[in-house]
Amino acid sequence: MQARKARKAINAVLKAHGQKRDNLIPILQDIQERMSCLSPEALHMVAEHLHLSENDVYGVATFYAQFRFHPPGRHRIKVCQGTACHVRGGGQVLEAIVRKIGIFPGETTEDGNFSLERVACFGSCALPPVVVVDDKVYGRMSARKIEKLIEGLE
Amino acid sequence: MNFTDIKQQSRQSWERFARPDAPRVLVGSATCGRAAGALDVLRAFREACAGDPALDDVHIHEVGCLGMCYAEPLVEIRGPGGGRVLYQGVRGDMVPDLVREHLVGGRPVFNHAVCMMEGPPVEDLPLFQELPMIRHQLRVVVRNCGIVDPTNIHHYIARGGYSGFARALGMDSDAVIEEIKASGLRGRGGAGFPTGLKWGFARKSAGKIKYVICNADEGDPGAFMDRSVLEGDPHAVLEGLLIAGYAIGATHGYVYCRAEYPLAIERLQKAIQQMREKRLLGRKILGSPFAFEITIKKGAGAFVCGEETSLMQSIEGKRGMPRSRPPFPAVSGLFGKPTNINNVETLAAVSAIMEKGGQWYAGIGTEKSKGTKTFSLAGKITRTGLIEVPMGISLRTIIEDIGGGVLDGKGFKAVQTGGPSGGCVPAKHLDLPVDYEHLAQVGSIMGSGGMIVIDDESCMVDVAKYFLGFTENESCGKCVPCRMGTQHLLRILTAITEGKGSVEDLESIRKIGETMKKASLCGLGQTAPNPALTTLDSFMDEYLAHIKDRKCPAGVCRALIRFRIDPKLCTGCMACAKACPVGAVSGKKKKPHRIDFDLCIRCGACRQACKFNAVIVE
Ligand SMILES: Cc1cc2nc3c(=O)[nH]c(=O)nc-3n(C[C@H](O)[C@H](O)[C@H](O)COP(=O)(O)O)c2cc1C
Ligand code: SF4
Repeated sequence: MQARKARKAINAVLKAHGQKRDNLIPILQDIQERMSCLSPEALHMVAEHLHLSENDVYGVATFYAQFRFHPPGRHRIKVCQGTACHVRGGGQVLEAIVRKIGIFPGETTEDGNFSLERVACFGSCALPPVVVVDDKVYGRMSARKIEKLIEGLE
Repeated sequence: MNFTDIKQQSRQSWERFARPDAPRVLVGSATCGRAAGALDVLRAFREACAGDPALDDVHIHEVGCLGMCYAEPLVEIRGPGGGRVLYQGVRGDMVPDLVREHLVGGRPVFNHAVCMMEGPPVEDLPLFQELPMIRHQLRVVVRNCGIVDPTNIHHYIARGGYSGFARALGMDSDAVIEEIKASGLRGRGGAGFPTGLKWGFARKSAGKIKYVICNADEGDPGAFMDRSVLEGDPHAVLEGLLIAGYAIGATHGYVYCRAEYPLAIERLQKAIQQMREKRLLGRKILGSPFAFEITIKKGAGAFVCGEETSLMQSIEGKRGMPRSRPPFPAVSGLFGKPTNINNVETLAAVSAIMEKGGQWYAGIGTEKSKGTKTFSLAGKITRTGLIEVPMGISLRTIIEDIGGGVLDGKGFKAVQTGGPSGGCVPAKHLDLPVDYEHLAQVGSIMGSGGMIVIDDESCMVDVAKYFLGFTENESCGKCVPCRMGTQHLLRILTAITEGKGSVEDLESIRKIGETMKKASLCGLGQTAPNPALTTLDSFMDEYLAHIKDRKCPAGVCRALIRFRIDPKLCTGCMACAKACPVGAVSGKKKKPHRIDFDLCIRCGACRQACKFNAVIVE
């Protein structure tokens, strides 16, 4: 049932795009937005749709940092690692999160509650350090503030 | 509708918007404003005005960034008799007060007010243009940011927008290129190549199908100029793209915008839709034979895709890896067709140049670096934000006058320009005029405009390591000098910050760096060693302190420092004990505390928490 539904959703995305190769990245982006990550089945279907080899599709999907192959946690915490954040204590904020939820960047907690990512730069350099939780941008963070924020989510 | 009618319609719309007596609230809600809570403020204003019939005629707008990011959220209120006042640091709970006093009562709330956006002055509130942060600036690229509603094309047109394009349409395309050449504009994406010259190459290339691309990948960590312009004034960029398309004979334009900028993408989409409604896109644009379409492409998180050849690979749906040039994009670019690619800021300058003329632009700046440049001023500086200054202004004016000097009155050590491709300009060059030539002279680059101020509490070896960590991660791996070089440099720098370095390592850094510069395929690898090489040149003593004395003078590198509490300064307030995540601080209330060195993980939480500067780094 689940699998049928997933296939249907993927097909809907594929239908909305043409079959030329330059659709590949937009297709992967749309699928990830709907399904939260790229499954082996999705990549297989994309390859068929665009008449590319699966290898080729994997090659592109793994090249770009945006694409995930495992579902993220219910709350996605992204920590900015930009230069301004770095010199204003972004590292300490990241460490505080690691201590608080017990996972490293790139991982998801066992209960599926949180996933943690580092992002090169959000471009909000004037309010460092920056953390983005579930697409909401938080500026002027500190180790203490982020701990409180996470406690509020748990 | 012809352009004269569109302009007429726009002018009326703008006049209604700009009327000084019409009550309005303008909330700066670009990404930086949002990070400071602008959306909560926006909601609070909407709620405060919704229930009250007296406030029925108050209009609330979202606007872009005025550049004073340190004071966000910024709100401009225009009230009956209250003038146009800009408020800083607005929070949701301040809104009822602002509404009652300013919007209803017509009295500015002085303790939160920064300035008047327009005269006449009220009491001792300065005018916006006279603020220390604004006085030295010249706003060309960001001319409309924070002033117009970026989702309203009429505002843009009423302030001169699309007039430059309309003028171009009446000219021969070669004449347009001559105008850009006369302006002296150079590419703002980093390399500084003369824009008119580049357009000329693409124009001369044979072929029916040609492309123009706007590079909005802005991957440099610490740079946010392009984001601000796209969010605050998307039409300025799109008009530039339209002009570029007309000049080189392209019928299709792409905007390649990084996915980390969702608001910028939203604003672009909206703007393109409005262009279509006004017949500024599609066939027979403004009644001429010119036809043009624009497509937005979202990046997928790869820094190297800012490099032009790799960006084109990415649009084509491939791995974004650079290829060797020639052939240059002007000859064979996107889908093998002649292609011209320009940066966001370049294009926003183009639309201003076509409106006001190449001579006007050439009158700004220095002999070889014309015009203005935007910088994102961040790091250890009092007034962080987005600024735009004439080329040739001194670094000192930027940092001391505009930026208000180093944060918390600490000592100025260096300023990092050009991001991971750039270098650190040390304090002794503070009087350097900022232009392409002078920055190159001291070993750094203009780059795209990131400017990170570094104080004496930042370690230069750590900064170099930070950038190499970035480039090592982002190297696409296609060529060996960059792939291996970044790895080696990072390993060496990491060893030095851990007190495991040797003097010979410094020679290795130089050798590897020189090889990478010469032998890497693209700009990423060619410039990646710069942060290490420039810090080595200017801050050799810091490197030697790490290597010979096993000490980090700035107190940053974990393996080489220790935190201690000065019993004379400690008041026993317990703040540090509460902040310490591992329970390494002990002591009774009102008695001096102690740190257990074995438990301490050197995270610095106690130092941040202490209000009495009693935590010392050794
Ligand atoms: C690794 C790398 C990253 C780059 N990133 C960007 C970028 O984010 N934005 C940009 O406009 N140019 C970037 N460039 C420069 C582009 O290759 C190209 O020179 C520029 O877009 C040309 O536009 P301009 O002439 O208007 O400056 C980058 C170059 C390299 C080597
Ligand atoms: S220099 Fe680096 S980023 Fe550029 S092609 Fe070579 S490996 Fe790739």
